[in-house]
Amino acid sequence: MKRFKDTGHLLRFAFLFVIAFVVFLVVRHFVVPKSFGEYGHYRGAAIGEIAAHPIHFAGHQTCETCHADILTVKTTGKHANVNCEACHGPLAKHADDPSITPPKLDTAVLCIRCHAASAAKPKGFPQVDADQHSGGLACETCHQPHSPAIQAGGTK
Amino acid sequence: MNIDRRHFLIMLPAAAIAWKHVLAGTPEESPNYTMTGHWWSMLIDIPKCIGCGNCVRACAAENDVPEGHFRTWVERYHVTDWDMVNPQVISPDGGKEGFPAVPEDAGKYFFVPKLCNQCTDSPCTQVCPVGATFITPDGVVLVDQTYCLGCAYCVQACPYGCRYLHPEKKVADKCTLCYHRITKGLTTACCESCPTGARQLCDLKDPNDPIHAFLKTHHVQVLKPQMATGAKVFYNELDGSVR
Repeated sequence: MKRFKDTGHLLRFAFLFVIAFVVFLVVRHFVVPKSFGEYGHYRGAAIGEIAAHPIHFAGHQTCETCHADILTVKTTGKHANVNCEACHGPLAKHADDPSITPPKLDTAVLCIRCHAASAAKPKGFPQVDADQHSGGLACETCHQPHSPAIQAGGTK
Repeated sequence: MNIDRRHFLIMLPAAAIAWKHVLAGTPEESPNYTMTGHWWSMLIDIPKCIGCGNCVRACAAENDVPEGHFRTWVERYHVTDWDMVNPQVISPDGGKEGFPAVPEDAGKYFFVPKLCNQCTDSPCTQVCPVGATFITPDGVVLVDQTYCLGCAYCVQACPYGCRYLHPEKKVADKCTLCYHRITKGLTTACCESCPTGARQLCDLKDPNDPIHAFLKTHHVQVLKPQMATGAKVFYNELDGSVR
């Protein structure tokens, strides 16, 4: 006994559904990137692409391979734990090609960036009011930036 | 050039040592970096921060952060006497050029550096409709900018305000914890340039990382713990007024 009349209509619909599903699978295969879902619901290759971004700060370990003399001066002083590029700026280009010379630094700008007196700074951090402290003299007249304690009989 | 076998063998070790120095100029790729071996985080030591803005400048230089937007920034809090719930917070240009002077004895002042908290259960990754932002197997929240639509759901979802729409690329942008550096054995640009060591990159999966001893012995807090985001940027001596 036939349960449905005109089953041809249903079969045609079913056939269209199957076709649509196959089309969906084919489109999905080409549209979804290959590495999607490698680690989770995202494109796994993106991790490698972000990791390949260029580096601008060479890192103090790189600086020290050539500038070991500065390192020995620095380790004796208060700036022992201040990394090179904290003051000198990003110098990976110079590290890759030493013929690219970094710009000369201006202590009038640099020193005061950290050491300008402010009640907001931690109390133990050495701070000066630049005008009163040096009377207009450049910082490096008395303080050698790599080891800033005043040398030769001066007070620490 | 004439080299006999004896001289060639004598020069081999010398060449090997010299080659190390030749390579030292560029940080090497790390082919043996395994993502599952790390779980990155950061420690911010508030009593050490002097508000110099070095981290903000370094981040901008390292990551080409557009002017007026910040992947990391420094806030200065001012709490007058007992008014803990209404701190006055300023961050002029993200703290890039330092902060204005303050009067003595006008209450409590301190600096709070902010950046992406690299949340373990981040709201920002959960709202992305296309899977363009995600947490990597080593615990860094990243944006796949070739996949991002720029709908800015994630910008709204971040409880810490750490994301922005890139004005030119029109896609979401945020701190990557310098993923291109930490995978090569370097520290982040902000940590590299912090003069007081107020920022420390930490690997929670490294049993020898000093972070473990530090967390045991200090009063450490994360931002907005009530949001249950699993934030991984730890703040030492965080004041209760910080939002």
